[in-house]
Amino acid sequence: MAKATTADNKAHGESRRDFLQLTAAAFGAVGVGSVAWPLVDTMNPAKDTLALSTTEVDLSPIQVGQSITVMWRGKPVFIRRRTEAEIEEARSVDVSGLIDKQSDAERIERPEWLVVVGICTHLGCVPVGTKTGEVKGDYGGWFCPCHGSHYDTSGRIRKGPAPKNLAVPDYEFLSDTRIKIG
Amino acid sequence: MKMKRTFSALLVVLALCGVVGYSSSAYAAGDTPHPPKQDWSFSGMFGTYDKGALQRGLKVYQNVCSACHGMKHLRYRNLTALGYNENQVKNIAAQYSVTDGPNDEGEMFERTAIPSDAFVSPYPNEAAAKYANNGAYPVDLSLITKARHSGSDYVYGLLTGYSEPEHGVEVPEGKYYNKYFPGHVISMAPPLSDDIVAYDDGTPTTTEQYAKDVAHFLTWAADPYMEDRKRIGLRVIIFLLVFAGIMYAYKRQLWADLH
Amino acid sequence: MGSGQREKFDNPVVEWVDSRLPVFTLMQREYGSFPVPKNFNYFWNFGAIAGVMLVTMIVTGIVLAMQYTAHTDLAFDSVERIMRDVNFGWMLRYMHSNGASFFFIAVYIHIFRGMYYGSYKGPRELLWILGVVIFLLMMATAFIGYVLPWGQMSYWGATVITNLFSALPLVGEPIVTWLWGGFSVDNPTLNRFFALHYLLPFVIFAVVFLHVWALHICGSNNPEGIEPKSEQDTVSFHPYYTIKDSFGLLFFLVLYCLFVFFAPDYLGHPDNYIPADPLVTPAHIVPEWYFLPFYAILRAITFEIGIPFTDIVFITAKLGGVIAMFGAIALWFVMPWLDTHPVRSARYRPLYRTFFILLVIDFVALGYIGSQAADAVLFGLPLSVMGLICTAYYFAFFLVILPVLSKKEKVKTLPNSIHDAVLAKNKSHS
Repeated sequence: MAKATTADNKAHGESRRDFLQLTAAAFGAVGVGSVAWPLVDTMNPAKDTLALSTTEVDLSPIQVGQSITVMWRGKPVFIRRRTEAEIEEARSVDVSGLIDKQSDAERIERPEWLVVVGICTHLGCVPVGTKTGEVKGDYGGWFCPCHGSHYDTSGRIRKGPAPKNLAVPDYEFLSDTRIKIG
Repeated sequence: MKMKRTFSALLVVLALCGVVGYSSSAYAAGDTPHPPKQDWSFSGMFGTYDKGALQRGLKVYQNVCSACHGMKHLRYRNLTALGYNENQVKNIAAQYSVTDGPNDEGEMFERTAIPSDAFVSPYPNEAAAKYANNGAYPVDLSLITKARHSGSDYVYGLLTGYSEPEHGVEVPEGKYYNKYFPGHVISMAPPLSDDIVAYDDGTPTTTEQYAKDVAHFLTWAADPYMEDRKRIGLRVIIFLLVFAGIMYAYKRQLWADLH
Repeated sequence: MGSGQREKFDNPVVEWVDSRLPVFTLMQREYGSFPVPKNFNYFWNFGAIAGVMLVTMIVTGIVLAMQYTAHTDLAFDSVERIMRDVNFGWMLRYMHSNGASFFFIAVYIHIFRGMYYGSYKGPRELLWILGVVIFLLMMATAFIGYVLPWGQMSYWGATVITNLFSALPLVGEPIVTWLWGGFSVDNPTLNRFFALHYLLPFVIFAVVFLHVWALHICGSNNPEGIEPKSEQDTVSFHPYYTIKDSFGLLFFLVLYCLFVFFAPDYLGHPDNYIPADPLVTPAHIVPEWYFLPFYAILRAITFEIGIPFTDIVFITAKLGGVIAMFGAIALWFVMPWLDTHPVRSARYRPLYRTFFILLVIDFVALGYIGSQAADAVLFGLPLSVMGLICTAYYFAFFLVILPVLSKKEKVKTLPNSIHDAVLAKNKSHS
């Protein structure tokens, strides 16, 4: 009888120990995870960086046919005030024949204004064609000198190695002459 | 054996007391009295800031202190923590103008401040600040409650500690006697008096109330994450205590077989 | 390390790796089945705790270094940016600043435990010396780390401590100029301090590795101070001490987190929230608490040594202070040869025990004296006199008391084995 009780106690003790071991392991995992997250999160954009993640741009000085470059989140953004001919050209393209199939209407808020992120979708160079006198490529938009990608007047990829159209950032018109990017 | 254990424990306690004692006893020197302890809503393990006091304190800072003192580590966007929404913060920022640039022509220009701007300082640099104040530099207030012993009480004590000179202290022309300022002779004229800032929430507009509110605001400015810190801290401590308890039980169980 | 018998593992992946690189065998031998005396008390937790604090400091430090800017114009503001804008920045910074203090708490307890139980005695002399090397490296790392926020205490602490080297005859001034990289503590100084502050913890890590390696060659000392004789005297490291250490560690972390989350600036100095100003010295320059006992020894030497009644001075007061301060730690290196008494543990050396307790009290008193202004008075006695008395006892303990006790001290009867001691203890408890 006494022997059986000892064995029972032992079995009981072992299951209790297993339980404690599992609980301890679970707590350890939660603890390590809770410490790891703040460490990882410090490397995400800080509050001062996020506070600069929107940029307001005054459009009034831009003439028809002119483009400007503004900085947004550390990247160049091209804003082009398109001529009637450029708008017409962008609209008349057959979308089904494009590399990245997008109509002009999907890429703009107002026909006169084209706003795109000025980073070539191939490997991240900045295409030329914004300043007057720069090469605008075969399609009158932008040309990336790194590997020869040509973009049209809607910022769409037409020829060359880039796989995607120039990205359109989130933006809204605050007034007729003012936009907020981001 | 028992005695030895007690003794060991005593040694550890002694050593820890040493650690704590050093830091607290280190700077009692001098004849400047300690500012009396005030009753703050943010004291203690569960203390939090009082948003009303923070907003009133900001008002006192804007209307009084900011004439001479900057708070360059603060951004207008931080004011959402005082209970303002984004539009209100935009409006507060828009009351100020900052120098930006250079523009395309290479010129610096003035523009209205936006929420991401730092609090605009009253002087362009330290030399200008000194020159405008007879050589005394009005310190930046962003960290003032951390940069002084018993910071919040000190700020309150200082702002309410002006009087006629006591204990035969000689106060030169253009300086003032202050009970809690080290050495008692301070260059700052008494900044507060009754009814100089209008409150719209019915709080009494007295010097003491202004001092209390602005000290509250400055404490937040120096330590904006205090509430988060205490909240997270409480969870961490509880977690660790429970975890330690489990480990202790496990350890007891494990070692019981040995003995 | 790689040669010899391997352990057998059931898991095929583990077995595959281990047959090519026996890391699992190493782990199993050194931390699994490694035999450890079974009579440790909780003072034996602090080695593991110190190790965890070292890792905490390295991990939080690396993340902070990603946000910190080592330039005199930007350092203070970049620390404030960490405190205000970086996600969880305030938490990591407070973990790092308070972590230094708690690392030192753990290491001080670890050191004094070693002294009390005679862990420095043969065959563990080298293990002890490596420990002292770690302590010196920690002091250097902590000191230069405190300079990085570029507050008033950072700047003036750096100025005062680097100026210590100017006490050296002839080479003093050039050495200080070399340390500064200029003619005062300035941007070059800050920049190199940052580089060194990033490097030294890894050097510490390497020496800790050697320290642990040396420990595993001769095995741990224990509260009885006698070597294990049979398997009855030991238990396997895992799970017995992994679990016990974990419990001790968690308890220690509770204290640490109380400071991090509820009194994060308590152990710091308010002046370090004032940006460094080379034109204004703070009223009291006080080092961090863990340096205070040594700082008190530095300040205690206010007399010069030379030929009486002449102007001939061999050692100026300044140099004397520096020698005393570094000597105070240097003595630890030779402690195994100052105390040659065959019995290790103070449990069986009543006289040593008494003098050792006095040393601990003396050390704490030195810390208190170091925290006070140089001209302070306590109970009508100038603190400078008390500082000198405490310094004298400190040196007398190592240079006089230890050698004399080694020859003269009668000991209590030692137990036959660790197992016997444990049995006797259990009996007296029940």
